[in-house]
Amino acid sequence: MNDLVLETRGLTKRYGDFTAVDHLDLSVRRGEVFGLLGPNGAGKTTTILMLLGLTEPTEGEVNVLGFDPARQPLSVKKRVGYMPDQVGFYDDLTARENLFYIAKLNGIPRDQIKRRVEEAIERVRLSEVIDKRVGAFSRGMRQRLGLADVLIKNPQLIIMDEPTQGLDPELAHEFLSLIHSLKEEGTTILLSSHLLHQVQAICDRVGLFSRGRMVLQGTVPELARKVLGGAYRIQLETEGSAAKFRKALEGLQDVNAVTVKDGRIIVEAQKDIRADAAEAVVKAGGRLRGLSVESQSLDDIYTRYFEEAKHETVN
Amino acid sequence: MKPSTRRMKVRDEREGSPWTGLGAVLTKEMADHLTGVRMLILEMLVLLTAVGTIYTALQTIRPGSNDEFLYLRLFTTAQDPLPAFVFFLAILVPLIAIALSFDSINGEFNRRTLSRILAQPVYRDALLMGKFLGGLLTLTMVFSAIWLLIFGIGILRLGVPPTAEETGRALWFLLGTIFYGGIWMALALLFSTVFRSPATAALASIAVWAFFIFFWNIVVGVIAPLLGPKQITTLDQLVAAGQMQMILTRISPITLYADIATIMLQPTERFLGFVLPVQLDRAIQAPLPLAQSVLVIWPQLTGLIAATILLFALAYVLFQRQEIRA
Ligand SMILES: Nc1ncnc2c1ncn2[C@@H]1O[C@H](COP(=O)(O)OP(=O)(O)OP(=O)(O)O)[C@@H](O)[C@H]1O
Ligand SMILES: [Mg+2]
Repeated sequence: MNDLVLETRGLTKRYGDFTAVDHLDLSVRRGEVFGLLGPNGAGKTTTILMLLGLTEPTEGEVNVLGFDPARQPLSVKKRVGYMPDQVGFYDDLTARENLFYIAKLNGIPRDQIKRRVEEAIERVRLSEVIDKRVGAFSRGMRQRLGLADVLIKNPQLIIMDEPTQGLDPELAHEFLSLIHSLKEEGTTILLSSHLLHQVQAICDRVGLFSRGRMVLQGTVPELARKVLGGAYRIQLETEGSAAKFRKALEGLQDVNAVTVKDGRIIVEAQKDIRADAAEAVVKAGGRLRGLSVESQSLDDIYTRYFEEAKHETVN
Repeated sequence: MKPSTRRMKVRDEREGSPWTGLGAVLTKEMADHLTGVRMLILEMLVLLTAVGTIYTALQTIRPGSNDEFLYLRLFTTAQDPLPAFVFFLAILVPLIAIALSFDSINGEFNRRTLSRILAQPVYRDALLMGKFLGGLLTLTMVFSAIWLLIFGIGILRLGVPPTAEETGRALWFLLGTIFYGGIWMALALLFSTVFRSPATAALASIAVWAFFIFFWNIVVGVIAPLLGPKQITTLDQLVAAGQMQMILTRISPITLYADIATIMLQPTERFLGFVLPVQLDRAIQAPLPLAQSVLVIWPQLTGLIAATILLFALAYVLFQRQEIRA
């Protein structure tokens, strides 16, 4: 129990008749990076706002670091850093002045403020522009300043709404490695994103959101197993007709499905059974030309899941 | 039943002080106002009118004349074509107050700083109150400086120091001026939470200001007779009708401020509002002591404060319920 940093039970938010978040059960463990995924309007931002006590839930319970954000918002906000999807700053103040204000709002003792601000700015590598007006900052600099802003209070949990939105690939990568280093230090991170490969790269677990519901939750291989039926896809290229090896491959353990496409055999399996597959082909009298395995990408899972969902609603 | 009781509980059990972080917000707001270009322009405007009207007033005020209240005359003396400084105050104070706070909340919202600020361990109460007090303190500082300036010019040109009575009256008038600014500031703050666009909030505030300055007396002239009897036949009815008219005009903060100015700056004025000639005869033309004058304007002062609190409370309720997402 104690290693749960965040837990919601039956969390619901309605705007009139419209249900933005529908009986959400979410749990995030200490030290993990959790990714919230879902199409636009799925309810990610609404969920995040409720976690911080910035919007009142219609129903359900929330527990963040042992506090209820609706009743103990100050305790929650003291420990949780939040980076909104659109970070804004006072453009006519410098980076330092902007962070000073945040530090003061957090009640950080006067004699520590200067050091804490400088450390946070250093951390996101903005020390050179610390006394420049934020109005002159680029998108990437603002985003990094947003992270510094969160780091000032030494949060135990950081919640980021689409942190890499609008960043170029290099900056996004840099940002992700910053997030990764925070995780190494033991900070728990919850982030929402649309950029699947990024989420896959840094998230320990992901939750798939659709129309206010959490439809899937788990590690990427777990999701792959659920959605694609197999976490591994093994491709075999053989000499001669591929079709005749099909039977042999289907007989193997842990195999979910075998398909033949463009002369190649694709084996969907729960484990990496490359060796077994090769043996089976050889035993059946075939010759192997190529053998490769691809682990499932979140992209495939996402596309497949929402395709199926669409299919179901159409039928 | 259940959800509502739960919400009540949440309110009661809200942890910590609602004013956590108030100091930080207040300091930031004041620093913003005092260093901003907007404030500079407003200061220049007040300074110009103050110096201009005081200078022309000094043309007619004779030092050494047996007038007891020379310094108060500086505020009230008008000479064509320039009206007295009090007149300018009645018009300018609302504009300055509005200019200081019409974009308090929606400005934060549009800069996308609101959600970031509210994600810090502070309540919305502290943010709203800090903004209001920051504006009011700025206003206080500016007008205290103007008052000092006026008295300074007075000492230089009149050659006599102000009496304690004059100083006291000027200070009460300063207090009245600040409260008068407060009500407009609360109004602009309210509009800044209601309207997402600062321009709309400013326009709405100015519309209210213009309504009270230009139209309220006309409106009162139209509706007051409708509220009374058709034909006034007795003295009592006449008095009642007159009083009704007075009550209606006092809905306007400008009337309240004018009352305060009249009583504080013209000590021979002892009555406010509807006075019958019979009553006037009994009124001696001697100045009223300061304490008595304060008693006369007490309802006006408290009226201004009450209205300010009401407007602020309304802004507070609306702000509490507002969705803060972009
Ligand atoms: N104040 C509101 N009133 C009514 N509906 C709202 C309100 N705020 C949000 N919604 C609706 O709630 C749904 C969820 O919105 P939310 O912003 O949480 O989605 P999201 O997953 O963050 O989407 P995105 O990926 O576009 O950021 C949307 O359909 C939105 O229209
Ligand atoms: Mg969103």
